[in-house]
Amino acid sequence: MSVLEMREVSRVYGQGASEVRALDGVDLRVEAGAMVAVMGPSGSGKSTLLTIAGSLEEPSGGEVRVLGQELATLSRNAKARLRRRSIGFVFQDFNLLPGLTAAENVGLPLELDGTPSRKARVASLRALEGLGLGDRAANFPDQLSGGERQRVAIARAVVGEHQLLLADEPSGALDTANGEAVMRLIHAACQRGMAAVVVTHDAQLASWADRVVFLRDGRVTDQTVPPAGPESLLGQRGQIR
Amino acid sequence: MSVRHALLALLSEGPKYGLQLREEFEAGTGEVWPLNVGQVYTTLQRLERDGLAESDGADAEGPQRRFRITAAGQRELAGWLRTPPDMTSPPRDELVMKILVAMRVPGTDVPGVIQAHRRYLVQLMQQWTRIKESLVGESDLGLDPSTLASTLAVDAELFRLDSVIRWLDSADGRIRRAAQAQQEIAEQETADPEAVQPETGPVIKLRIRSGVTR
Repeated sequence: MSVLEMREVSRVYGQGASEVRALDGVDLRVEAGAMVAVMGPSGSGKSTLLTIAGSLEEPSGGEVRVLGQELATLSRNAKARLRRRSIGFVFQDFNLLPGLTAAENVGLPLELDGTPSRKARVASLRALEGLGLGDRAANFPDQLSGGERQRVAIARAVVGEHQLLLADEPSGALDTANGEAVMRLIHAACQRGMAAVVVTHDAQLASWADRVVFLRDGRVTDQTVPPAGPESLLGQRGQIR
Repeated sequence: MSVRHALLALLSEGPKYGLQLREEFEAGTGEVWPLNVGQVYTTLQRLERDGLAESDGADAEGPQRRFRITAAGQRELAGWLRTPPDMTSPPRDELVMKILVAMRVPGTDVPGVIQAHRRYLVQLMQQWTRIKESLVGESDLGLDPSTLASTLAVDAELFRLDSVIRWLDSADGRIRRAAQAQQEIAEQETADPEAVQPETGPVIKLRIRSGVTR
């Protein structure tokens, strides 16, 4: 079973002459443990694809399934529950609550879902430690650097039982080193079994993905084939050519 | 890559034998530039001839001779490190030529041509990123000098490929905008044949002579 499956998904804004087809017949499957990057220019439909996959927006047509559940058949409350339990979001501007510490921000989706606060705290500390932020757990967002804030956002996205990570330009505001660190962490989460869809216009970041899907005018126009192993770029002695 | 200056750099750490220089050269460049031992001795002979390095004894066989840098060699090395390589004339880039030529061939789906190259480059970048991942693991802290050199060399390749993709993205956007403008003008002309023609024609005209765009 795919973690995310989109079939013939379309999204139309406006009507008549002002109609805009943000998505037009998009098919996308993401299996557990896979990291997929979606690349495309501004206005190609990347962010719309992500909000629809995350049940934050309804498609105009087609079918979206998350963990086998068809989103169109779920009530508003059931979708909210699915988001809290199974889907982690990472946005360019981190979206951390300024009045909560790093640990509280990470544990919030668990607590909202009814997890006792002590248990949520243990899980959030574990997630923060996993990202090298154990000593920053008591800090508020404004006491953290941009890179640290994004790592807290990733911890919040991977905490608990989350199985699908949706990231929209997750390193857009960060420098090269911090951007790479973010992609490294998302890739590591996928190696532990998460499925991830990362929207980006940056080829260096997209190259961390197992598969890169190219979006243009709301349509999937192309995708990469699974990359050959490093040995194809290495010489006989294992050295870089 | 200047083997001559790389060897001078290694000799600036202290006297060394030829085989040792070869090993240290390869480790220092992340094994990106393999070097055969013949190249090492030929280069050392030239450095000695030019007074930039000297050896223990001219009578000894190649492998038994130990080389050291001279004061002139130190000056040469310091000057080379601060001299930017010549990047004034753009390289004749085959990919750029292919896109420019694609625009001239009737019936060519230029965005499709661009996408074929973009996909190939992204796939190459995925391979380099896997190599970087295997070099660095989950952290980029505590790298030994050889791993650091390899990582820097991989980064250089990733940045180079990324810049080509950025150029393709930019070219894609420009070509689409030009085609759209062309279509709008054509529609305007159909609607109002008396309309004043713009001074510069809407059709993209590129003169390509001997690989040079003017």
